[in-house]
Amino acid sequence: MNDLIQYTLHLADNALILGHRNSEWTGHGPILEQDIALSNISLDLIGQARMLYQYAASLSGNGATEDSLAYLRTEREFLNCLLVEQPNGHWGNTIMRQFIFSAFQYGYYRELKSKKDVTLSAIAEKSLKEVTYHLQWSSEWVIRLGDGTEESHLRMQDALELVWPLVPELFRPEPYETRLAEAGVAVEPDKIETPVREKLTAVLTEASLSIPEDSGVWSGRSGKSGIHSEHLGYILSEMQYLQRAYPGCTW
Amino acid sequence: MSRNASWPLWEVFIRSRQGLDHKHVGSLHAADAKMAIENARDVYTRRMEGVSIWVVESKYIHASNPDDAASLFDPANDKVYRHPTFYELPDELSHM
Repeated sequence: MNDLIQYTLHLADNALILGHRNSEWTGHGPILEQDIALSNISLDLIGQARMLYQYAASLSGNGATEDSLAYLRTEREFLNCLLVEQPNGHWGNTIMRQFIFSAFQYGYYRELKSKKDVTLSAIAEKSLKEVTYHLQWSSEWVIRLGDGTEESHLRMQDALELVWPLVPELFRPEPYETRLAEAGVAVEPDKIETPVREKLTAVLTEASLSIPEDSGVWSGRSGKSGIHSEHLGYILSEMQYLQRAYPGCTW
Repeated sequence: MSRNASWPLWEVFIRSRQGLDHKHVGSLHAADAKMAIENARDVYTRRMEGVSIWVVESKYIHASNPDDAASLFDPANDKVYRHPTFYELPDELSHM
């Protein structure tokens, strides 16, 4: 598989898996209005994933479609980062995961929109408006809960410490990213680390949360290369069930 | 979804793309004004209904008493001269 297909799938998988995770809240949100808000974010992310899968399918040929890429690839073929596949937990866990990812995606798409691949840059430009809102919405929730009651503060601090070890992976490039970055197509994730971490720090500080120390240790196993946590298999078995059980079925 | 009661109710007004005025579209729960605007965005503008949102906490809206409707509104019934129907309008004047 060539670098551009892999890279496009990586971006698509990030959006699809987080979109799917958030969609698990539909009908279970803490109040109706926030149930709809998070479902809207799901739809934005799944919409981004669709555009990216369509592009990846057109690059792949061989009869690949957006559906075959989403529903018929196995766990090791998914190239999303580990953060997006983490379980929803309670509302605070979901908010923290969304906030960190949105801050990252915001910094990322801002760079991607001026890169050389016209399709990817157009998708980034279109998606940036959505992500700007996701970041605003999730930042306000992090502040509201972090700086809220004693209990909400404790839960948000726990939520932060749970996902913080997964942050360095976001900024560590895989070989396909490095090669494409040299060609002016891909974003170098390490180049956006400083502004993204500044944004994270600003909001977390306003939320009166203490930022955990980086362990500085990274196992080297990355979701971006297809090595995932145990959670992804469960997501795929549910998400892909219908297409696996009834191949080619449509509404 | 059991804690709605702890968040105040807000009335939502949306101005549509071609509309000049904000129209009441419904109500929702939110903890503060900022959240109310975002909730209104997420609940009431998903299908491109609007370009501007107003929210006001429902408790600040004072309504007329339905029992007073007869004395408040019926007296206007026979004041037909209050309608501008006795003027000749120039043809150039539209939207009247």
